[in-house]
Amino acid sequence: MTQYDAGEVPQPTPAPGTGEVAWGAPADAPRTAPAAPLPDAPGEQVRTPALTPADAADAARLVSYGLQPKLLPARDAGYADLLRRYRDEPAFARLADAVAGGLGLIVLEVSTRAGMAVTAAEDSVFAVRMGDYARRASADSADRFLHGLAHLAVAALAFPRPEDLADDGYIGRITVNGVDAFVRQACRRLEERAEQDGENTDPATGAPGLESAWRVYARRSATGATKDARRLAGSTTGIIAKAVAFLVDSGFLQRTGDDAGGAYRTTARYQLQVRDMAGSAAMAELLELGIVPVSDGSASLLPGEETDDLDLVAEAGLPFHSG
Amino acid sequence: MTFSAPGAAAPQLNGQARPAPGPAADEGLARRLRALACTAPLHDLDARKANLAGEYGVYAMAEVALAVIDLVTLNMDFDTGADHEEIVAKVLPRVAAQAPDRPAAEHERVARWVLENLINVGSVDRGFRAVYGTFGTDGRYVRRDYDFKLIEEVPGAGGEVYLRATDEAVNVLVGALDTDVTSAQIAAEVKLEVLISRGRLADAQLAAEQARYRTVQYAETLRKTLEATRRNVRSVDWLRTVPDMINEALDHVADRYRHENAILTNIRKARDEAEAVDARTGEHKRRAAELVDIVKDCIRRHTQLQSRLLEAGPLFRAEQDRQAFAAPAARTGLDLYGQLVAPVLPLPVEQATRVTDAFFARGTGLRTPAAVRVADLVEVLLTPPAEREHLGAEMPEPDLVATPDDSRFSEAQLDAAMALLDLPADAPRRLSGLLAEARRTDPELPYLVALLAVHAASPPVGTAYRQGEQRLLFAVDDGTELTDPEFGGADLIVGTALLDAAGMAADRSEVA
Repeated sequence: MTQYDAGEVPQPTPAPGTGEVAWGAPADAPRTAPAAPLPDAPGEQVRTPALTPADAADAARLVSYGLQPKLLPARDAGYADLLRRYRDEPAFARLADAVAGGLGLIVLEVSTRAGMAVTAAEDSVFAVRMGDYARRASADSADRFLHGLAHLAVAALAFPRPEDLADDGYIGRITVNGVDAFVRQACRRLEERAEQDGENTDPATGAPGLESAWRVYARRSATGATKDARRLAGSTTGIIAKAVAFLVDSGFLQRTGDDAGGAYRTTARYQLQVRDMAGSAAMAELLELGIVPVSDGSASLLPGEETDDLDLVAEAGLPFHSG
Repeated sequence: MTFSAPGAAAPQLNGQARPAPGPAADEGLARRLRALACTAPLHDLDARKANLAGEYGVYAMAEVALAVIDLVTLNMDFDTGADHEEIVAKVLPRVAAQAPDRPAAEHERVARWVLENLINVGSVDRGFRAVYGTFGTDGRYVRRDYDFKLIEEVPGAGGEVYLRATDEAVNVLVGALDTDVTSAQIAAEVKLEVLISRGRLADAQLAAEQARYRTVQYAETLRKTLEATRRNVRSVDWLRTVPDMINEALDHVADRYRHENAILTNIRKARDEAEAVDARTGEHKRRAAELVDIVKDCIRRHTQLQSRLLEAGPLFRAEQDRQAFAAPAARTGLDLYGQLVAPVLPLPVEQATRVTDAFFARGTGLRTPAAVRVADLVEVLLTPPAEREHLGAEMPEPDLVATPDDSRFSEAQLDAAMALLDLPADAPRRLSGLLAEARRTDPELPYLVALLAVHAASPPVGTAYRQGEQRLLFAVDDGTELTDPEFGGADLIVGTALLDAAGMAADRSEVA
């Protein structure tokens, strides 16, 4: 391997068309660049130590640590050393970024709390594909939607308020049954609103793609008895449990208990992933569909104003606004 | 099921039949078609019983199905639902009564078949679908799918699966429940009171049962909502609306409680006053007794509801502390619910999938692809699958070692000492005398006697009192010094006190 000096490091830009790479933050999400404990370096390239193949090996090792998302820097001295080196030596940091970029990885953050937080670029070998994730999902459009919605709902319940997603110190807690109940409640509200409007929500026969999304969820049973006492894979709790188990393997959630179908808490990596990658990607898709959800940055589930015609859920014991 | 809608159109205008009678008339028709569809699975059971292997014609499947829905509705609790096995066990007597000479295994098979068909285990949604047609506003005829469930499976707290009767099922069962829960309940209770005052107890029981169904339904609605409010404290108006609402609900419970207690008193009176002089009044008495049970159950459910309502306040305050009083974040982030989940759910599933796919692709993280060598692959493919352990690992045979008997005194010595200390109540003895007597039989025995005597200096009066002992050994120090070659200290007076066991027992029961 040739030696790099800081000036001619290849641009670690996995996503085409993105600009220059910011420190430890993905190029396509500069607004979220966290206050990582990194010195501001790109401007001052006073000393340009020659990098050796050994440095390249170290950089690659740091990336390989990042590929093991359940590994905590605090538990591994080698990992922590390399992170320190990334922070202190700009040239080494660029090298590590380049290695990650070359492998098709996007660097979300490099810090002692999240470690080398990398994620897969869209066409990378590390990317997760829906077809590999759940076999039924490729054949059945309803299943495909439900699996995707499960991931979105887990994130929404883990970070219920915008502040929670923005606050680096926030740790979200979810349970499998809690996520299911939360989505069901949202679906029920839509159902009640449609009923109030006198709308017939039963879809036309033979056009399953036109069925409202909430109906697909509401229709699927929450659970079911199986012969071997495992969770029914096709039920909504089964689908959510699968999503959650997958996120645990990704180092995004940690299991904390067994109540309510399994209790979990979020990790710093999950917050970064949702904030910098998934949320914006889904938003972009939504905007492309011509839907522009406007937010003033506060939570959308807010108490109604005086003038509000109290948009309460019918037969609800407590007032619950549909926002 | 499919219906030819134009023929069934409501009479409208005069003259020739119009092709599209308009959505308003259609809506009522659609509602009735949906109601009709809910009964279809029950009829279907009787139609399909011929396909079962065996002679199942004798069983009235629709009747068993209605009984199952009945049982599930009544066994639905606040937190959980009804248990599979419990429902099967409870419906068995009815199945057995339909064909008493058939084996019990067959009865159970029929019960399970009915329950599984009500859940519709075979389908992925575990529900039913009926097709019906309506006219749109533009006069176009559209066929629509109506999806519904009769009994649904819900997760319990410990991961078990419980059964719940859906609203559709309760509608099928009780009929025409498409009304406000509260007012329907009031109506049922007023009806009950009138019926009882006129002595029509058979009708009264029916009305009371209906009132209970509505109570269950009401509790169910409240449970769902309480659970939902746990999530974001900002979603509710704590200043006025919530306290008002809780007070309202508590008033409601108190009102119902008073009402049902009044009914209870009335029925009890009817039950006790109806003298069983002939078979007719005997029947009345029995029905009244059943009614008492039903109303008691109603009251129990209301009490449960009330305790939930009382818990709501502290819960909100705790959540308020956690959520609202934290320092505000410097940045604002994406509102996942408001900006993603809420806009996505009303979309057609085709479009919604594009958004969820985008979230999935970027939100699941990464997987390191497994690289396989052919050599490993062969080994992996040839390895027989590991058998799933149903019973867990084998328990090792416990290796028991007899522990050596290291007690200082033998059982015989203890018996001898106890015999020595079994003193008559009116003749206490000095410890010195006891020790001397013990020493004559066994040189070790004095140690045991001394030990027991010292223990007796602080007799276990409380224990003796609780256990109702009749005698108690005690020892008192009167200041005399003990002169003994082996022991020193006070020459205790050892004696037996008689306890008033009967009196103590009376005291205990009074305290209890």
